Parts: sequence; structure tokens; C-alpha cells
Amino acid sequence: METAAPRDTAAARGTAATADTADATAADRAADAKAADQAADAATLQAAFNAAVAADERIEPRDWMPDAYRSTLVRQIAQHAHSEIIGMQPEANWITRAPSLRRKAILMAKVQDEAGHGLYLYSAAETLGASRDDLLDKLHSGRQKYSSIFNYPTLTWADVGAIGWLVDGAAITNQVPLCRCSYGPYARAMVRVCKEESFHQRQGYELLLALSRGTEAQHAMAQDAVDRWWWPSLMMFGPPDAESSHSEQSMTWKIKRHSNDELRQRFVDICVPQAESLGLTLPDPDLKWNEERGQHDFGAIDWSEFWSVLKGNGPCNEQRMTQRRRAHEEGAWVREAAAAHAARHSERERATGDSERAIENSERAAEDSEREEATA
Amino acid sequence: MTTHSASTSPSAATSAPASSTAAALPLGDDALVLSHRLGEWAGHAPVLEEEVALANIALDLLGQARVLLSLVGDEDELAYLREERAFRNVQLVEQPNGDFAHTIARQLYFSTYQHLMYGQLAASDSPLAPLAAKAVKEVAYHQDHAEQWTLRLGDGTAESHERMQRGLDALWRFTGELFEPVAGLDLDREALRERWTAMVTAVIGKATLTVPEGPQSGAWTAGAGREGLHTEPFGRMLAEMQHLHRSHPGASW
Repeated sequence: METAAPRDTAAARGTAATADTADATAADRAADAKAADQAADAATLQAAFNAAVAADERIEPRDWMPDAYRSTLVRQIAQHAHSEIIGMQPEANWITRAPSLRRKAILMAKVQDEAGHGLYLYSAAETLGASRDDLLDKLHSGRQKYSSIFNYPTLTWADVGAIGWLVDGAAITNQVPLCRCSYGPYARAMVRVCKEESFHQRQGYELLLALSRGTEAQHAMAQDAVDRWWWPSLMMFGPPDAESSHSEQSMTWKIKRHSNDELRQRFVDICVPQAESLGLTLPDPDLKWNEERGQHDFGAIDWSEFWSVLKGNGPCNEQRMTQRRRAHEEGAWVREAAAAHAARHSERERATGDSERAIENSERAAEDSEREEATA
Repeated sequence: MTTHSASTSPSAATSAPASSTAAALPLGDDALVLSHRLGEWAGHAPVLEEEVALANIALDLLGQARVLLSLVGDEDELAYLREERAFRNVQLVEQPNGDFAHTIARQLYFSTYQHLMYGQLAASDSPLAPLAAKAVKEVAYHQDHAEQWTLRLGDGTAESHERMQRGLDALWRFTGELFEPVAGLDLDREALRERWTAMVTAVIGKATLTVPEGPQSGAWTAGAGREGLHTEPFGRMLAEMQHLHRSHPGASW
């Protein structure tokens, strides 16, 4: 690719005033050739990338990829990671008040899983050249978003169940197709995340079922939670297809596999029979089976609420961000201490750290191969 | 380990437990209360890895509490329907979290005790020996976690050093209670105290910190938690923990 450079220098050395034009022409020609080479290279790379995507091959961190593909993925994965981290708050809100020890253990484990999902996802984003610290900065300064659903408050214990059933249910509907996403590290993270999310969703359903079949007060609590979480859950699929700015490109790149509206419809069709078996109703008078379409019709979503929450004016936007920033700021001295200690004891620390990581990695590899065997 | 709304032993909260498992209640209360305190960290930890670690430890402790309390009666009835004066946990575990160093100091003192105590118990002919054998593996991890952080904070920055020392100092007066006799727990308490002191002293020294000088217990703290005498923050903690359960008498969850 650098073949043009020596000729440039040679041309520059022959500096007779009369030769200016000729030199310039030579230089132009060289530059043109260089640009042409680069264009040819880029075209080859782009073609290889397109072919890999078309053949459903996975793009891996060291493969060439278009800049826009890279930045779209960084944005999407980071916002997914941020959602896991902010999403801990509405549920953690009930850990200290969980009404039985069994439920408390389930809830603690779930919130812990979410922190773990955040970690996987930040790692996946880092394979694209981003850094976790930088992404967290962007979250804290409001330059990157998280799922708008977590700006709603958890007002009763039943909300924990509604989040599990509806919010995790919507997340799974969104994320299962991402297990086949064209970017390998993201797709693999999604396989792990979806497995745990399905578990959480079942637990949420089971929590609501216990309430629904419990006392009158418990049943009312469950119904009220479903009434408050239903519409925000439908909004999790994003704006209608006609207004979704990133959709088309993401589908071409096979980052996305289905449109927002398709996934939303799928989710509604899954939820209706589940609500029936829960003995709870969904707060939509227009919801009914459409024989012709073989799908449910449902009422109009209040998109003004969606945009308002997205712009920061939901019930908890301020609170969620304040808590997140505060945890980060108040933890700064802890992170600084860890860094100072590690720098001072780098040799020893590295030796122990390495062995721990090696153990962890081998465990992970064992898990992965188990999973692959299971799916094979 | 399942939740029962109608307990088989409605008087469990007040009656004396069977002697073979008499220690299950105090040990279960220790685990339950510390687990609750650690649960308060969720969403507030200084770094994501600590969200995972603190929740992990809280879950281990909650698991221990559930097994132990179930030996005594209905776990939920015991957790949610006893009042402050009926809890038998040591005062150390009910202390508020404070800053991260304060939490780590509490973890260092308590997990070192639990590790040694369960170690002895596992080797004994106590009916709790099988449970102790399982728990000792978990608390070894908790002890390691507390030790590593004590080292990082003590031998980190000037600020973290000062905070870590403050945490150790503030909680020192609650450590004496760990070595008071517990009904049904036939341990070599002298050996326990000696090993605990040696281990904690070694970690504190390695962390460039100073072993606190004051007494390890006072008139109020000597064995008081085991008798149901607690510190003021504990009642508020229970109010939060029990509120929902108590609001729906007889309900199942």
C-alpha cells in the first residue's frame, strides 16, 4: 500500500522550476494510485465483510469491519450493559423488604446476575476497542442511555414479579435473536445472558402466581403491578418501525434480526395466554385475538410518554442516575486504593491474579464446552 | 427449606429449641442479620465486581441462615415474626454498613471467626457438623475476600488507610462477644480466641495498620446479643425487613 511513497520522494528531489508541472502531475498520479489501491483494499475488505455477514458467519474482534458497524455495536452493547447496571436498582429496592427468605434469596441472586451480565457486556464492548471506564463515564454524564423501563418505580412487592415476568420477558424476546447476531462476542454473551434471564422470568411469573392465588390483598397487588408495567414493557421494543432510525442498517448487518414491531407483536402473543393462566388481566380494552392475522390486535401505545421518559422526564430518571453516580463517586477512593496497592505490589499481585484468572478461565472454558455439547 | 404459611411449630419463636440444635438459632441469626446488611449494598458498591462479590457472600450467609433456622422451626416465622429482644445474633453483625472500609472490617472480624468456629464444629460430633463442613468452604472464601480488601485498603492510599483503621477501631469493641459461651456450641473457646487474634493481627499488620487498643467488649456488649440485648440500629433494620411480611398475616409468598 506504500508503493507510491518512494516515487513521491524521487519526484520531489528533481526540483527544476520547469519541472514543477511534471512533478505535480507525477505526484498527483502517485496519489491517485495510492487512493485507488486503498479504495481497492477497502472494497475487498468490505466485500469480504459483506460475504461473511451474508453467509451468517460470525465477525470476530480481529476481523475488519466498517467503522459504522463498530460504532453501532459499541453503542448498542454499552447501552445494554448500562441497562443491566441501572436495572439492578428497581429490584434491589426490595431486597431488604422481601417477604420470605426464599424470595429474598431469589431476588439477591437475580440482582447479582444482573451485575454479572453488565460485566459480560462491558467485556464484549471492550473487544471493539471501547473501555469500560469510558463507557461508564458516558453513562454517568448522560451521553449514553439505558433502557427506559428502569425509570419506573417499584412501588410494591408485586412489582418485583411484574419486572420478572414482563420486563425480563420482553428482554428475552429481544435478546434471543441476538444470540445469532453477526458479531461473535455479543452473540456469545447473549447466549449466557438469555439462559439466566429465562430463569428470572419464570421466577417472576411464579411470584405473581403465588400472589394471584393468595389473599385478596395479594391478588390486588399483583393486578396493580401488571397494570402499571404492561405498557412500559411494550415500549421496551422501541419506537414503531416507521420511526426507528437504526433499524434498517442493523438488520442489513444482521445485528438485528427482526423489526421492533415484529418483536412487540410476538411478545403480546406470548403474554396473553400467560396472563390468563395467572388469573390476571392486561390493561388494554382493545386487546383481542385477530383470527385473520392469527395474532392479537392491541391498543395504541402512548409514544409521548415513551419519548418523555427517554428524554429524562420519567418518574425515576433523576433518582437512578443520582444513585449510580453517587455509588461511583463514593467508591472512587476504594478503586484508587486498589490501584495504588496493585501498583506497589505489582509482581506478587500479578502472580496471584494470574493464577486466579487462569482458574476462572478454565472454569469458563469448561462451561462453554459443556454448553456447546448441549447445543450440538 | 420451602416456605410454609401455616407453621408446624407456632411457638418456635418463644420456646427453647431442642438441645441438640440449641446453637442453630444464634448461629442462624448471625448469618441472617449479616446477610441482610450485605444485601443493603446492592446497587451501591464501589465497583461492579464488588456488587457480585458482596451479593455472593450475602447469599451464602442467607443459605446458612435458612438451613439453621429450619432446624429450629419455620424459617420465615423465625425471621419475620420475632421481635428484637428474641434475636440471638452477636451485635457485630447488626452494625450498620458505614463506608466500604467499615463493611470490610466487619467482614474481616466476623468471617475469620466463622471460619475458625465452623472448622472446629465440622470436626466435632455436633449434629451441626455436616452443615459446618459445608459452610466452612463458603466462609473460607468470605475470609479471603475480607483479607484481600483489608490489605488493599490498609496498604492503598492515605485516605483508604485512614478509613480502614477507623473501621477496625470502631468495630473492635464488638469482637469480644464472638468468644462468649453459646448454649449447644461445645467449642474450645480459648483456642478460638487465640487463633482469631493471631489471624486478625497478622492481616492487620500486613496491611500496615494497627490492632485496635481498646477493650473488645464493655458492660453492654459482653455476650449481650446472644441474650437478646441489641444496639439501636437493629430495631430499625428489623422494621424494614419484617414490615411487608407482618402486613399480611398468614399469607404465603
